[in-house]
Amino acid sequence: MTGLIRHGRLVPDPFTDASGLDAPPAGVPVIVSLEQWQAHREALVAAGQPLGLRLRSDQPPRLVAADLPRFAVIALEFPKYRDGRAYTHARMLRERFRYAGEVRAVGDVLQEQLHFMQRCGFDTFEVVAQDPELAWRAVAGDHTVSYQATGDGRPRALDLRHNRK
Amino acid sequence: MYRYDEFDHTLVAERIATFRRQVHRRLSGELTEDQFKPLRLMNGLYLQLHAYMLRVNIPYGCLSSRQLRQLAFIARRYDRNFGHFTTRQNIQYNWIKLDETPDVLAALAEVEMNAMQSSGNCVRNITADQFAGRARDEIEDPRPWCELIRQWSILHPEFSYLPRKFKIAVSGAASDRAAVKLHDVGLYLRRNADGVIGFEVIVGGGQGRLPYVGHTIREWLAKDDLFSYLEAILRIYNLGGRRDNPQKARIKVQVNALGPEEFRRLVDEEWAAIRHSELLAVPGAEIERITAYFADPAWETLPDAAAVLSRQCATDPAFDAWYRTNVVEHRTPGYAIVNLSLKSPGIAPGDLTADQMDRVADLADRFSLGEVRVSHRQNLVFPDVRQTDLHALWQALQAISLATPNIGKLTDIIACPGLDFCALANARAIPVAQDIGRHFGDPAVLQDIGELTINISGCMNACGHHHVGHIGILGVEKNGEEFYQLTLGGSSAEDASLGDRLGRGIPAAEVPVAIEAIVNSYRDLRQADERFLDTYRRVGMEPFKEAVYGDSPEHRRSVA
Amino acid sequence: MDMTGQMVLANRLTDGHTVFLAADGSWVEAIAGGALASDQATAERLLATAQLAESRNVVVEPYLIGVRSEGGQRCPVSFRESIRADGPTVRTDFAAER
Repeated sequence: MTGLIRHGRLVPDPFTDASGLDAPPAGVPVIVSLEQWQAHREALVAAGQPLGLRLRSDQPPRLVAADLPRFAVIALEFPKYRDGRAYTHARMLRERFRYAGEVRAVGDVLQEQLHFMQRCGFDTFEVVAQDPELAWRAVAGDHTVSYQATGDGRPRALDLRHNRK
Repeated sequence: MYRYDEFDHTLVAERIATFRRQVHRRLSGELTEDQFKPLRLMNGLYLQLHAYMLRVNIPYGCLSSRQLRQLAFIARRYDRNFGHFTTRQNIQYNWIKLDETPDVLAALAEVEMNAMQSSGNCVRNITADQFAGRARDEIEDPRPWCELIRQWSILHPEFSYLPRKFKIAVSGAASDRAAVKLHDVGLYLRRNADGVIGFEVIVGGGQGRLPYVGHTIREWLAKDDLFSYLEAILRIYNLGGRRDNPQKARIKVQVNALGPEEFRRLVDEEWAAIRHSELLAVPGAEIERITAYFADPAWETLPDAAAVLSRQCATDPAFDAWYRTNVVEHRTPGYAIVNLSLKSPGIAPGDLTADQMDRVADLADRFSLGEVRVSHRQNLVFPDVRQTDLHALWQALQAISLATPNIGKLTDIIACPGLDFCALANARAIPVAQDIGRHFGDPAVLQDIGELTINISGCMNACGHHHVGHIGILGVEKNGEEFYQLTLGGSSAEDASLGDRLGRGIPAAEVPVAIEAIVNSYRDLRQADERFLDTYRRVGMEPFKEAVYGDSPEHRRSVA
Repeated sequence: MDMTGQMVLANRLTDGHTVFLAADGSWVEAIAGGALASDQATAERLLATAQLAESRNVVVEPYLIGVRSEGGQRCPVSFRESIRADGPTVRTDFAAER
């Protein structure tokens, strides 16, 4: 099954992913593609529904920097697990543009990558697994020590070594 | 040497526990091979022609005797009693079992070693000058910086799925012994006009199918700026490196497609946003903590032993030959740096048996303050030998075949494992190296020829660094047979250059004779103290082409 | 009988060793013990068996190779595969085991 995981639990998804459809449905919260946003911007804003944006891995968030506050969720695509661009996109959303909405990982999301994604600023994950919550729990405790800092506030090993933070 | 603290130990232990689970899920079929492959690669495990190959990191080429003994134990217990040292200062085992790999990693962790990111599309082992901390021409020891960069790069949440592998090398000496300009990022420790030490940053070097010498994108970078600048480079690469074609996915392709100026501009733009970020600041206390691990050992105050050595050399020509080629000046009086040649004639370059490993560990304890280095030319180094011990050490090294007097000479050959081991190879490399080694066995002849590096690769991936050998040899396959294309004039030092193609490929049996022809031409043409490389750069390709192909109908036709 | 046929070659998942598919569906390290298919239909049946073993996580990357049989000695047609069958040419001590 495909489930949306937040904080390790399966949560309902209020959004309809319209990015693959010809036209986004009216009257419901939708996630649209960048192209759909550019084509139907006014209508989508006027509809007054919560909005989400789905970006491909070749579409950096700076393309929509000014509009970011309009989106309740930004879905960043991993077309294939080895395409690591969205890790950077997530960090830019959080740390450069101070985006405060939901950052969602969609596409080829492997359970082995959840920790890195979370540290880069993702808070929800579209997980394809027999038991998505079990998949999450299996990896949750994998990395208690990190050498790097990201915007998530976790101290690095060297911060702990020298009692920083 | 760096010692793991509780954080390093925990990180490695967690990685092993994760991988153990991943192996279990693969063996049970929960993970397919396609899903598992990137996971095992990030733990250094390849599937090769005969079995799994495990590549173990030897960070910046530094090993303790205790670690070397554990490498011997692993070779005996889990493999076939030998290991192979590579051109990235790592060691490879060729018959590791998948279901035993977590146990091998645990054995490595016991001695503070690991195989994390020795493969995969991430930052690989940080390599350095094998004489770091000891060379007379050193400006500053690169090792603390290598360790800091290593930690910055391990399990980096943003940069673990790069377009392709990423290799970093650091040198702190006037002479580049680490092939720095042939790396994705190369760093030279340098003084600026005010005498302050910082980094020259070189980007986009690399070999493989599309070789490039790297470009300096920043002449001088303050130490405080190192990690923000590296992060900016990696980010520009992660976003802009090609992902449509693995052959074009390295940063060298991106740098050369954009041009170094534009690449630098992009890096600087990103760098401006993060330069003062607290997330990337490395406090002085951490730099001091790590630097302290590489402090000078407690060298004795010794007189220079030149007189003693002169006598020994005069009375023992074999010792003299070894002393001249394999021993290097140390920055401290009374000490010497000793090269252990893993290139005895007929042996696969870079191979060491488990018995030899144990013996080298004992000799390191007795003669070199317990420390060993690995050079990217697939030899070992004892960094701290008392001059008065040299003769005794030499005799002990002879007994284990590690005293061939050929460092930097024609038979100090780099060879990749090639088609004998590697799934990527098109041709064998080791037998070619062995043939050349047997053909040029006379130390006096080697001495007369002087400095000459031969680098052999079994395929275009160039793990044998053939592009930067003074003589490079690339194995190719044509109609099911092996042929070898020679190049001349490559260099991996600070005067880095890529070799020029000599001519069409020749069969393996003709390679030693071709080398002989090239060497004879060099001896005829050289002036004063010219090395082969210098003569080649002065006279060009023609005389050598004539020497090797001169009698062939094709050559006579093309020259006419 | 001298002939050229096909065999299935793969890596065993657990230890990575190069193995040949035998007639009884087991996997063996010695080329002499593997099944040699003299016609295309048999070869394809062998490959199908191998692919099933791959899906059951016994082996990885099975494929058909050409093999010459001369006076009872089998030799892969491709040099690369003969190295896989016999071990590294520079370590004949390992070849002896096969």
